[in-house]
Amino acid sequence: MAQGNGNGNGHGSNGHSNLKFWGYRRENGRVGVRNHVVILPLDDLSNAACEAVANNIKGTIALPHAYGRLQFGEDLELHFRTLIGTGSNPNVAAVVVIGIEDQWTNQVVEGIAKTGKPVTGFGIEGTGDIGTIAKASRVAKDYLQKASELRREECDISELWVSTKCGESDTTTGLASCPTVGNMYDKLIPVGIHGCFGETSEITGAEHLAKERAATPEIGEKWYRMWKAYQDDVIEAHKTNDLSDSQPTKGNIAGGLTTIEEKALGNLEKIGRECRYIDALEPAEAPAKGPGLYYMDTSSAAAECVTLMAAAGYAVHTFPTGQGNVIGNPIVPVIKITGNPKTMRTMSEHIDVDVSGVLRRDMTIPEAGDALIEMVVRTANGRLTAAEALGHREFVMTKLYRSA
Amino acid sequence: MGAPHLLVHDRKDTVGVVVVEGLKAGTDMLGVVTADNSDFRLSAKHDIPIGHKVALVDIKNGDTIWKYGQDIGRAIADIGKGEHVHVHNVKTKRW
Repeated sequence: MAQGNGNGNGHGSNGHSNLKFWGYRRENGRVGVRNHVVILPLDDLSNAACEAVANNIKGTIALPHAYGRLQFGEDLELHFRTLIGTGSNPNVAAVVVIGIEDQWTNQVVEGIAKTGKPVTGFGIEGTGDIGTIAKASRVAKDYLQKASELRREECDISELWVSTKCGESDTTTGLASCPTVGNMYDKLIPVGIHGCFGETSEITGAEHLAKERAATPEIGEKWYRMWKAYQDDVIEAHKTNDLSDSQPTKGNIAGGLTTIEEKALGNLEKIGRECRYIDALEPAEAPAKGPGLYYMDTSSAAAECVTLMAAAGYAVHTFPTGQGNVIGNPIVPVIKITGNPKTMRTMSEHIDVDVSGVLRRDMTIPEAGDALIEMVVRTANGRLTAAEALGHREFVMTKLYRSA
Repeated sequence: MGAPHLLVHDRKDTVGVVVVEGLKAGTDMLGVVTADNSDFRLSAKHDIPIGHKVALVDIKNGDTIWKYGQDIGRAIADIGKGEHVHVHNVKTKRW
């Protein structure tokens, strides 16, 4: 039995090439697994109006967030990229954008409109909240009713985009749940899915291994520059100690992780044994080199990372946890995997895939990978994840520096 | 072979992970190396919580700690074989 040995089990990629799922094909050809009508605030000031519209029109979803005023430069570009990417995600059928003024609102509307999906924007200034809510609610109702008549169609597994990030890690994530995701990628990347991993600070201690996993030395160098820039510009510039109070987190330490190096080596188990990343993306940047595994420069904080990957177009997220991170996302189903039997005993309502058998040696990593693939397909078909059922909708914008 | 008390990633490793709840000092632990499925026995010197590490060999203050066949930090105290390994006796080499 070769634990963690990707395809060495007779279930090679050929066994997964004929997998299908039922998804919503959008105007631009991308396939979504959910059918949300999103009420999207441009800025913090527009949260109240968006939440009022979502309250008026049952079945729509508002995505309140904290930013969008006086941002500039790269930080503003990331803000727009995240909002436009969120609206453009194929899990979203249609979007109503509300902002305090028209110009930036229209910038988001025009970005989302490139997908061909229905999108309309409203500026609050000159109208006020009440008038804006009334107008926006009429459009949202129309969008929701149209979305409710869309039907799923059978799609090839290669049309699925599946991202990953782990949280509240412990030593069991490196032994069981992260290699389970890695085994899923080793089986599904060869049949043509898009994959994505990130968590820049959390590769520290495994950067030599991560760099080697690039498809070419040039991509590895691009990745290394991203990793090094975070070390130099953020960690070295702002640290007050060796970060032993943040990386690993208190939860990680309670779970037995001692150092960032140990945490990073467990984290990197998520990319399996065989697949190689074909590009290193900016935060929320949509992959543009075709099917394959991508790296994205993200925070290791769960909600920030999943929000960025969703904005890049990923439709399903796989999330290994040890101590029991409860995160979800408003537009992307987040599938939780744990190998920790204590977490299964104490908080099983948050877990979608139990791989604790790996620790007892009565489940192999290839078997765990197959169990995850089955859950990815069921989730893509419409099964609600634990996070969706429990109402977890964490949507967190990444902020690069203080607003002007 | 029953369920192990202890899993080790790589033969080069100097620490392993306790994978059962409520492990007591004095337990004659069954350990398994996941890389090659080989097994061994080791006596626990402390009560060790699930997920926490145990020294597979005698480790000296300053020694590199090996897990996944990789460097995960350095000992800041002498650690005896079978003893609990964590933030009280190991530190990062980074940052």
